[in-house]
Amino acid sequence: MTRAGLTAAIVSTVAAIAFTQEPVVRVPGAVYDSDVPNEKPGPAPRRDLSGIWEPARGPGDAIGAQGAKNYPDTGRPAHQLPFTPAGLQANRANKPAWGPRAVASALSNDPQPTCEPQGWPRIILHNYRTAQIVQTPKQVLVLYQFNRKWRNIWTDGRPLPKMDDVLEPRFWGYSVGRWQDDYTFVAETVGLDERTWLDNVGRPHSFDLRVEERYVRRDATHIEVTITIDDPTYYSKPWVALDRLPLRFQPDTFDIREMECSPSEFARYTKEFAEPAAGIPTTDPR
Amino acid sequence: MRYALTACCVAAAVLAGTAPGVAHHGNATFDTGKKLVLEGAVTEWVWSNPHCFLKFDVKEQDGTVRNWTVETSNPPDMVNRGWSRRSFKAGDRVTVTLEPVKNGSPVGRVLEVMLPDGRVLSARGGGAAPAAGREGAPR
Repeated sequence: MTRAGLTAAIVSTVAAIAFTQEPVVRVPGAVYDSDVPNEKPGPAPRRDLSGIWEPARGPGDAIGAQGAKNYPDTGRPAHQLPFTPAGLQANRANKPAWGPRAVASALSNDPQPTCEPQGWPRIILHNYRTAQIVQTPKQVLVLYQFNRKWRNIWTDGRPLPKMDDVLEPRFWGYSVGRWQDDYTFVAETVGLDERTWLDNVGRPHSFDLRVEERYVRRDATHIEVTITIDDPTYYSKPWVALDRLPLRFQPDTFDIREMECSPSEFARYTKEFAEPAAGIPTTDPR
Repeated sequence: MRYALTACCVAAAVLAGTAPGVAHHGNATFDTGKKLVLEGAVTEWVWSNPHCFLKFDVKEQDGTVRNWTVETSNPPDMVNRGWSRRSFKAGDRVTVTLEPVKNGSPVGRVLEVMLPDGRVLSARGGGAAPAAGREGAPR
């Protein structure tokens, strides 16, 4: 029997049977809201974001394989982004491995498989996992599990640089934040290297990108994070990529697991898995 | 039959687009919704980013041996699901339930693996993207 025949004979899709979702396996030691349905959290501390935070609905709540959580690339009109002609052209040039435009991952031009920096804000629009926030007198530091990266947000009163004054593009930009009130912290980031993608489905940005991140401390155990993309060169109006994502406060003993991007490991994965999966000849050993 | 299967190939019903996010590096290549169940001997268990992968030999009916490479999610997700770098060693007899790629290459992604002692390691659940429609899950 041919392989095709075999496949047809023994493998079929039974559409009537719903796939049974496996129970969500939890990060040991993590606390999610589903664990504490009747919890009455204490009051929010003033001007304090410090702590270890996990997506409150579960560890996978903010993994955006299909793109920014608020605008996944579904092809649906509600998720169409307000591209300018230049933005649309830039979007077409990106070849993501996910979404309706997906190509086989070995054929994608996503910078990630070579462990190029994903930059801001893709790190959280793609893979917002555990994050630790540290406040110092002059900065807010955010330490991300994904790719083991960190950012600093200046809070010493300096102004955000004007675009023309930015001397160098940065994968992580130049961030300045301030407390809008005792429970709302707003940071803005400019100077972002336009080689990075905004999300996992290749939404592009220009050097004119300005990202607003807003943290609202709801109570003792929650903050909500909102990310707004403002890039007039590529998008005709600002759009909210992440809308009040709830994060849950974790014990200070919580161990954030390592999740590095190793170029040699990625190269082996590409050679031994991604390329055969895409049906293309394997590359020379790297 | 092309593959020497001690367990039969089975049909699965995975709602389109809602496959558990075992992999986050592309969905286009997989024959989503299909399952193969293969028995073989582990040749290597590679604990690495971006995804771990298991390599194992499957003896085909004509006596030849085909080496399969099947991926899981990343190490921290797999630890959450009860896997570790010590889950397999070369020579272990395993029964792997996998979702193959469309092009017929001996690659796919793991759904679950039954160990020689009958224990089953599931590659699903946990730190992957929630299925469509679950984003608004109650807090």
